[in-house]
Amino acid sequence: MKIAVAIKRVPDMDTRFKIAPSGTAVDETGLKFDMSDFDGYAAEAALQINEKQGGGEITAISLGPDVVQETLRKALSMGLDKAVQLKADAVPFDGYAIAEALAAELKGGSYDLILFGRMAIDSSNQSVGPMVAELLGLPCISAVSQLDVSDGKTVKARRELEGAYEEVTCPLPAVVTIDEGVARPRYPSLKGIMAAKKKPLEVKPAQLGPVTATVAKMELPPERAAGRILGENADAVPELVRLLQTEAKVL
Amino acid sequence: MPAYRAPLDDIRFVLHDVLGTEQLRALPGYEEVTPDLVDTVLDGMAQVCEEVLFPLNQVGDQVGSTVADGVVTTPPGFKEAYATFCEAGFPGLSCDPAYGGQGLPLTLRAVLDEMVCSTNLSFGMFPGLTYGAYEALHAYGSDELKDAYLAKLVSGEWAGTMCLTEPHAGTDLGIITTKAVPAGDGAYHVTGSKIFITAGEHDLTPNIVHLVLAKLPDAPPGTKGISLLLVPKYLPTEDGRPGTRNGVTCVGVEHKMGIKASPTCQLQFDNAKGWLVGEPHKGLRAMFIMMNGARLNVGMQGLGLSVTSYQNALQYAKDRLQMRALKGAARPDQPADPIIVHPDVRRGLMTMKSFNEGARALAYHVGMEMDVILHHPDPARRQEAEDLVALLTPVVKAFFTDVGFESANIGLQTYGGHGYIREYGMEQYVRDSRIAQIYEGTNGVQAMDLVGRKLPAEMGRLLRRFFQPTHELIERESQGDLKDLAEALGQGFRRLQQGTQLILAKGMRDPNEAGAAASEYLRIFGLVAVGAMWLRMARVAQDKLAAGAGPKEAFYRSKVVTAKFWMTRILPQAHGLMASIAAGGETIMALEPDAF
Ligand SMILES: Cc1cc2nc3c(=O)[nH]c(=O)nc-3n(C[C@H](O)[C@H](O)[C@H](O)COP(=O)(O)OP(=O)(O)OC[C@H]3O[C@@H](n4cnc5c(N)ncnc54)[C@H](O)[C@@H]3O)c2cc1C
Repeated sequence: MKIAVAIKRVPDMDTRFKIAPSGTAVDETGLKFDMSDFDGYAAEAALQINEKQGGGEITAISLGPDVVQETLRKALSMGLDKAVQLKADAVPFDGYAIAEALAAELKGGSYDLILFGRMAIDSSNQSVGPMVAELLGLPCISAVSQLDVSDGKTVKARRELEGAYEEVTCPLPAVVTIDEGVARPRYPSLKGIMAAKKKPLEVKPAQLGPVTATVAKMELPPERAAGRILGENADAVPELVRLLQTEAKVL
Repeated sequence: MPAYRAPLDDIRFVLHDVLGTEQLRALPGYEEVTPDLVDTVLDGMAQVCEEVLFPLNQVGDQVGSTVADGVVTTPPGFKEAYATFCEAGFPGLSCDPAYGGQGLPLTLRAVLDEMVCSTNLSFGMFPGLTYGAYEALHAYGSDELKDAYLAKLVSGEWAGTMCLTEPHAGTDLGIITTKAVPAGDGAYHVTGSKIFITAGEHDLTPNIVHLVLAKLPDAPPGTKGISLLLVPKYLPTEDGRPGTRNGVTCVGVEHKMGIKASPTCQLQFDNAKGWLVGEPHKGLRAMFIMMNGARLNVGMQGLGLSVTSYQNALQYAKDRLQMRALKGAARPDQPADPIIVHPDVRRGLMTMKSFNEGARALAYHVGMEMDVILHHPDPARRQEAEDLVALLTPVVKAFFTDVGFESANIGLQTYGGHGYIREYGMEQYVRDSRIAQIYEGTNGVQAMDLVGRKLPAEMGRLLRRFFQPTHELIERESQGDLKDLAEALGQGFRRLQQGTQLILAKGMRDPNEAGAAASEYLRIFGLVAVGAMWLRMARVAQDKLAAGAGPKEAFYRSKVVTAKFWMTRILPQAHGLMASIAAGGETIMALEPDAF
């Protein structure tokens, strides 16, 4: 099956972030970057589909400056077949601008299936996948936790709901955004890493759409003040209640 | 809960900027080892170690490996982690491609060893021993044995062990009593008791390949009569699957201080079928192949645990608020200052940091020399590398594990009482690191190897391989912006030279003099060898700063400061150690045993 997987390079979220002097972005110095978690699940889902069916080709696509090549190489070392970098100086906040560039690239590719992560774990917009589907005029199922395309014609997808799940189907070609649960992404093997060096990585200019939404201000949550011990046992309760009323204003 | 982040910036600095990965790439066979490839491999290792091995470290300690009816069960999660580790291809990282290995540099194996030891030493013992078995078999095994076993060891499908120790024979392998009797068909029957066998029995792999030291019936006495035999737990079938159970059973697993997830087994061999590896009576030679690699690996255990202990101690020192800075509050907005303001806390952290980064550079340097031994086209250069590695092996093993243990202990101390409490994880690093000073030849025995074997070897040729370049390095730096550091290193180096002369002169007349000086001497050696790496790193850092380091400026500045710390606050230990050596062994040997 011919599959495309859109991949975003994001900072490791397990970090103590700082805001850049601009006040509208995080300070990137010292940050570690990797593939967005859900994109990893999407890449794994694509690999499993083609391993089961035999043959096929999976293309990884990432939009951004040259550093995204690192992330694309990682996708290739997991086993994806080729990669395309849509070169842009920076990744805009506006998902629509990105979606236009991706759609322009994906349009002529005659893909059977186009996979996204449910959302990028840094910006959490959940918008690019559905927008690309719209631009390409394809059906879209989002936040999928199980995926079956074994008949080559239809998508059978499972979506987790609060306390239940639903099964959704649509014809191929289609856009699907992947939630965790599909399968843990495999770690790149040494063999895969060696092989990835020889796989094609094409660089093209990104045809970004117009940027209308931008970040005006970014702020970290205030530092938590140190806790206070009001006293031990029941004697402390009246004071606690008073503070909850006057200071914390929760009662 | 402790945390671990692979120190990739520092690892890359050492590999790319200090040692130069292009040196590796210049070696025939490593043409594909580009800086890019190295970086991707490092990322891959870091991810598995951080995400798969580290989360199992504490549970491994708490549950341990257990035995019932001769069956050993590893802690929960170990099997899955082992499968992931093997799927990633790590057991075969530097192994021969003819047997399915990736043929990547041993330098990268040293990096992997560090990360594995940092994240889960107990886990690391399984592939560690397997790699040792691979090395001995690859170097000395017959073609039949190689064909039957090597690919399985390279992939990690089967695990390996090394069975040397017996109840009455630890350091002194010449007195082992395990016997190997010819079975008539070219094979042997092996009978005897082995103790303390790491990974002697477990549930990670369907078969285990034991490499066993034993004596043939016609063996000459002592170490000249020891043979090495391969004894599989299950005899392989024609198509390479585990077949009939062989006569080897696990009769017990030790309860011990640390590395509790690594089963330390008592093995009983009862007419077990085995095959000779190498020539009869020459088993120790084959065993030393794997012991040299294994000794360097054990050195990395000291370093690896020190790294994790440091990372957590550092974070704790920034978070924990106690008392005020001596010169006035650093955080007046808080009830107290973070303990990192206190000079004594910083002394501990700097001691750990300067050891970790310096030892890492030395270890990778040795790793790169091992790659030269394997692949350099010029035999003279290969010999040079072989000499240097032989000389530094006991130093890396003993110095790294002694200081690694001390360092893990400083990490615990940084946590105060919390360091002593299990859930914080710091006491586990102290317990886990303690064994590294003992196995693979105790550190006392490493010191004897350095003094008794390596110093006099080839009329001091091995020694010159270290002394000559160190002398040149100090000369080179004695004028410019690092002259203070060069001067300090020069003073330590002179102590090392004095110690060497004294040992060679006195030790010739009285071997007890050499024995009495050995441990102090080895420590001076380690201090100077790490010092030499610090001078090289400071040079690179200075040059980067001069060229304008941009966002990495703080990184390089910290290198220069840390180099200075090592030279001026740690290396001077050499003077005191030298004074002890100079005092001679008289008081050590004077008392009769009854007078103690
Ligand atoms: C957890 C663990 C795992 C192990 N794994 C393995 C394994 O996988 N395979 C294996 O074969 N063995 C293994 N061992 C055994 C280990 O290698 C031995 O314990 C070690 O070699 C020391 O031997 P010993 O215990 O008999 O001490 P001894 O040899 O009795 O030594 C006692 C003390 O005397 C000192 N000493 C002895 N001779 C000299 C000398 N000539 N000069 C100076 N000092 C000397 C030693 O330094 C030591 O301090 C393991 C041990 C442990 C605890």
